[in-house]
Amino acid sequence: MSNHHDVLLVGGGGAGLRAAIEIAETNSHLSIAVVSKVYPMRSHTVSAEGGAAGVIRDDDSLDEHAYDTISGGDWLCDQDSVEMFVEEAPRELLRLEHSGCPWSREPDGQIAVRAFGGMKNKRTWFAADKTGFHMLHTLFQTSLKYKSVVRYDEWFVTKLLVDDGRVYGVVAIELMSGRIEAITAGAVILCTGGCGRVFPFTTNANIKNGDGMSLAYRAGAPLADMEFIQYHPTGLPFTGILITEATRAEGGYLINKNGDRYLQDYGLGKPEPKPVLRSMELGPRDRLSQAFVKEVEKGHAVDTDFGPVVHLDLRHLGEELINRKLPFVRELCLKYENIDPVTELIPVRPVVHYMMGGVHTDMNGATSLAGLYAAGEVACVSINGANRLGSNSLSEILVFGARAGRAAAEYASSHTDTSTAVLAQAADERNRLQQRFTRKRSGERIADLRDEMQKTMEQSAGIYRSGESLSQAADTLHELQDRFASVTIEDDSRTFNTERISALELAYMLDVAETIVNSALRREESRGAHQRTDFPARDDKRYLAHTLIHREPDGSCRVEYLPVTITRWPPAERIYGT
Amino acid sequence: MNDRITMQVARYLPEGDAELSYQEYEVPYPREWVVLDGLNYIKDRLDGSLSYRWSCRMGICGSCGMTVNGEPKLTCATFLADYAPGPVRIEPLQNFPVIRDLVVDTGDFMRKLTSVKPWLIREEEKPLSEGEHLQTPAELDQYKQYSMCINCMLCCAACPVYGLDSEFVGPAAIALAQRYNLDGRDQGSKLRLDVLSDHEGIWGCTFVGECSKVCPENVDPAGAIQRYKLTAAMDSLKSFLMPWRGS
Ligand SMILES: Cc1cc2nc3c(=O)[nH]c(=O)nc-3n(C[C@H](O)[C@H](O)[C@H](O)COP(=O)(O)OP(=O)(O)OC[C@H]3O[C@@H](n4cnc5c(N)ncnc54)[C@H](O)[C@@H]3O)c2cc1C
Ligand code: SF4
Ligand code: FES
Repeated sequence: MSNHHDVLLVGGGGAGLRAAIEIAETNSHLSIAVVSKVYPMRSHTVSAEGGAAGVIRDDDSLDEHAYDTISGGDWLCDQDSVEMFVEEAPRELLRLEHSGCPWSREPDGQIAVRAFGGMKNKRTWFAADKTGFHMLHTLFQTSLKYKSVVRYDEWFVTKLLVDDGRVYGVVAIELMSGRIEAITAGAVILCTGGCGRVFPFTTNANIKNGDGMSLAYRAGAPLADMEFIQYHPTGLPFTGILITEATRAEGGYLINKNGDRYLQDYGLGKPEPKPVLRSMELGPRDRLSQAFVKEVEKGHAVDTDFGPVVHLDLRHLGEELINRKLPFVRELCLKYENIDPVTELIPVRPVVHYMMGGVHTDMNGATSLAGLYAAGEVACVSINGANRLGSNSLSEILVFGARAGRAAAEYASSHTDTSTAVLAQAADERNRLQQRFTRKRSGERIADLRDEMQKTMEQSAGIYRSGESLSQAADTLHELQDRFASVTIEDDSRTFNTERISALELAYMLDVAETIVNSALRREESRGAHQRTDFPARDDKRYLAHTLIHREPDGSCRVEYLPVTITRWPPAERIYGT
Repeated sequence: MNDRITMQVARYLPEGDAELSYQEYEVPYPREWVVLDGLNYIKDRLDGSLSYRWSCRMGICGSCGMTVNGEPKLTCATFLADYAPGPVRIEPLQNFPVIRDLVVDTGDFMRKLTSVKPWLIREEEKPLSEGEHLQTPAELDQYKQYSMCINCMLCCAACPVYGLDSEFVGPAAIALAQRYNLDGRDQGSKLRLDVLSDHEGIWGCTFVGECSKVCPENVDPAGAIQRYKLTAAMDSLKSFLMPWRGS
């Protein structure tokens, strides 16, 4: 295996694999490396349940999809990106159909679509309620046919190699052998996914630690809109396992301890027996999660060992529909809660789910560093603004995975220069890893520092925040960075040393946590998923702008703002339930 | 102590150990805890040097397969309390070389999966401008069960033939081949048959049926193998009786 490739993808989830396939199909002479810390089909795209949005019905339109996305994002989306996104999404989903994805069908054999939160029309393609699983396996299996795709399975990237503002590759550890290698490339695409594990209660897998965000940030590329964290309103208590929005799209109700469909008290419309689009249970996730907090304050939630919950009621949907359209939900409830949704209420509470922010990119995934691209949840294009609509991100990983793939391939084809300076950097990185992350028992346990970080984030940067809680959190995180320097490592083996990986992941998460808190502290308004108790209103005069956060050489952060691109939809009030 | 259970965990370090040994840990086991939570408790609180794979903790990524009291299980979907009062023994999956502790080498499994050409094969690509291939729910049902495989390898760990015969591609790969063969959009079954009927591809299976018993996704790889053998037998019979149709 030669350690030089034309394009190197960090990440083998939906975005990474889509990029790899795009390059292999359009530039078959280019060598493509997929470097992933887990086998690609284990990536967290696998857990996505509900579906992927793309207009296909005659009674729907691209403009409506764009408007739903923009209003759902509380006008923080770049509208040129959104317009391009909604246009390319259906074609991408169709392309997956041609690769064999088992999309659910209408009786006549056409693609079926379902309703989703914040969407005015049915446009969410689904494969029962294992959409992400089927998409990922289809992409992975398709990628196997291309000889130009070289996989580095279970290789963990620790650093981007940068010389004079241009990225030339990465340093990575092979888990199996422990060897540390430079892998160089003409262009690098970060496809590392989100960072939900910065919080204690999340739907995100153990591997979602914001690696790519921290890698880019440390290499000098700014992150955008990091204060916007999506809480999904319906997670199972204790595990944080997601109960998909598709349950509500199929007609499920959210009820409080008095049995009331409480969303009617929060400007989300009137309760109707059948689901109404952009109304009640099909409102946007930020508003639903905020309504939950208010219900708890009113004493309308049900107390459990794992905190307050409300109930999701699917009983009236009937066993046949649940089995046909929501079999995974039933399986998860039975397995993890010992509850059968056909006859029982499901306890749910808001859970950290998705990162709207990420590495700042243009529409082609290009970052501010030459040769570095980003796509998928790690990136902020931005089509998700202050609140992502459910089912937009599975389409986003395809559309922007493909675009970043094309752009990176083009860049790599015309920039074949190499840098010798980065080889010295790689040697330094090898030393750093060998010295700092070998056996050391002087300090605190990784898990203790991680717990403290997660608790800090939940308390200060949750559904509601304030200047005071955020400044305190900034101090705590700073202190945790210092304490991390002497963290204990008990494992001194080279072979599959997962403790060293956990320590490196904690370092990434601490960076990401700092950017979240510092971005949130400076945004003195409430918009979408960022709700400040001390600044409860949206302030378009000051903050119709993306936050860009940069890392200074001394480790501190610098924040600046970038205007939002508005094309056809001037900022307006968000109205649901009419 | 009755609020703790003893976990006997297999340990193995290639640098030092000649063979696998067991280490005992006492862990809590509240009703909600799966075996994986117990392992995470050990790693976080008791012994950071224990190695194992996991990711989703919701039974879908396929990473966390191990042998629990002798049976192949997804540790994120197996509850500790079901093994009370203990002890519960955790070992790596059988039939795969051990890399370290509970981590096995999946390279052979991945090569075999790839060998059956698990992608949609068409004689002629349909242009995107012509829209989707129609596929009714009944047609989808033809292959749906075989498309549910999460590559967790439990079936291969349970299969006595997979352990003895390194040429046998194994239940998961055959089920995956069937997933595409039975998909009306696919035209590659002949190519896959060539791979599978060669060597020990499918003929190795002696119908023990353990694979289907342990599969957490009800993929029924044993059923897939049975159907495949029938197709393969018919195919060779046809080329014997009607040689002009052979190529
Ligand atoms: C439970 C759940 C349900 C969801 N349901 C939906 C839905 O119904 N519809 C929808 O649109 N969206 C949904 N989402 C969101 C959506 O699934 C994700 O945003 C999307 O799948 C992210 O894909 P990705 O390719 O960007 O990242 P991932 O699939 O997370 O892949 C990240 C990749 O990066 C690799 N990686 C990370 N760090 C490193 C490193 N340091 N070195 C090497 N490799 C690394 C990983 O190995 C992995 O391969 C859901 C999310 C969750 C958690
Ligand atoms: S067939 Fe079943 S047991 Fe075998 S790998 Fe697939 S999901 Fe696992
Ligand atoms: S951790 Fe993903 S299947 Fe168990």
